[in-house]
Amino acid sequence: MKAFAYARPGSIAEALELAGDGDDTQTAYLAGGTNLVDHLRLGIARPDTLIDLSRLDFGGVEETADGGLRIGANVRNADLAADPALRRRFPFVSEALLAGASGQLRSMASTGGNLLQRTRCVYFQDRSTPCNKREPGSGCSALDGYGTYNALIGASEHCVAVHPSDLCVPLAALDAIVHVTGPGGERAIPFDQFHRLPGDAPERDTTLEASEIITAVEILALPWASRSRYRKVRDRASYAFALVSVAAAVDVADGVVTDVRLALGGVSHKPHRARAAEDALRGQPATPAAFEAAIDAELEAARPGKDNAFKVGQLRRTTVAVLTELTQTEGDRP
Amino acid sequence: MPDQHSHPTTLTVNGERHDLVLDPRVSVLDALRDRLGVTSVKKGCDHGQCGACTVIADGRRIVSCLALAVSYDGAEVTTAAGLGSVGALGALQEAFVDRDALQCGYCTPGQVCSAEAMLAEAEAGMPSHVTADVAALDPVRLSPEEVRERMSGNLCRCGAYPNIVDAILDVAGERGLA
Repeated sequence: MKAFAYARPGSIAEALELAGDGDDTQTAYLAGGTNLVDHLRLGIARPDTLIDLSRLDFGGVEETADGGLRIGANVRNADLAADPALRRRFPFVSEALLAGASGQLRSMASTGGNLLQRTRCVYFQDRSTPCNKREPGSGCSALDGYGTYNALIGASEHCVAVHPSDLCVPLAALDAIVHVTGPGGERAIPFDQFHRLPGDAPERDTTLEASEIITAVEILALPWASRSRYRKVRDRASYAFALVSVAAAVDVADGVVTDVRLALGGVSHKPHRARAAEDALRGQPATPAAFEAAIDAELEAARPGKDNAFKVGQLRRTTVAVLTELTQTEGDRP
Repeated sequence: MPDQHSHPTTLTVNGERHDLVLDPRVSVLDALRDRLGVTSVKKGCDHGQCGACTVIADGRRIVSCLALAVSYDGAEVTTAAGLGSVGALGALQEAFVDRDALQCGYCTPGQVCSAEAMLAEAEAGMPSHVTADVAALDPVRLSPEEVRERMSGNLCRCGAYPNIVDAILDVAGERGLA
């Protein structure tokens, strides 16, 4: 591991002062450490200074005036998953957290850090191979290499990696807001604009600017999201990254889908909000045939490679199953 | 200050306070084993994947390989040796012996630390991936399926899982959680 200086600032202002206007190759922020410490050890992250934010108080899980939730960036994944208000109002957020990692990792990992997880593409983690995300301009080994986990939607000739987070999939469906503080002050980033597609700069996962710190994630009120579900398909029953995942919330009246939120994991460089499917489904009868037509509208954008074509059918089946389960019981959540 | 590469760090391990000066690269795991000689925590993968290095820090189970010791300055750390000793085994340790829940034993210190914290999580009502309805906020009843899911972060290369699950369920039963 490359040597680095360590600092534990007592406030956001002090942290920003330490970070200066340096880019993220010079400084790195530490929270739960579950991803970053591994990358320090592998030599993927090589900061000169590590700025420890893990003890800064960004607040807990608080109800907002409009009936949503504000989640402080240092709330641990395990604590967030267990939060009673989150479980009642947005159960698929709790389900997504519980589908990720292990008990130990969830009790360490932070909310802000979860958003900043880096891809688990095997070539990104293997420094002996080219990877444009790890070393811009070196090439993409996954294009013609092991491609089971490659992106289906929104990839580029420079990068076919997917975003690994479970939590981020329902947050994309919910139009969550990422609150950040940086040298230029505070700003609120809509979730869909927080992560980015690889394009010709796959080394950039997000639209965060230099030195900016995530302080909170806000979920806006959505009363019918109490009927929601997250389903993850993976190679093992537990403790594995997603092949694909589906986060869905649906509002039904008289057998008709009045509104729906749908996001897909394991398919793109960013958590993928399935807006084409949502548009196709709104106003349609809540039937498996309508659900299939909706997800097929979304999957027109899929560009499968040699190893991941199975994900198309997997997404179709999983989406239809989740929406069917959510809508087959009137009233109470099934 | 950011130009310093050694940091005073205090860890209280199994009730005993230790004052150390550490390079920030040192993990809690390496601080325990290499600096303090606490061998009741094991190094497996050193990447957060196997769970052999699980300890309880300030009441939470963590993989100590992914924890930088400087960041845990002031923490109370419990390893397997803090859960009991020869002649006065803790409940989980006793159950692991009774159920023959190990073969080589290398993962066992991490297993018992993880299980101890897992039982506390269950007692606090924390749901899991196999909870039928997270929105119901029901008290946790630990079934074999629940134990397998909640312990999935602890690998056992010998494959002693059936007896590990039985041992943990014995103690869960004694504590009214199964």
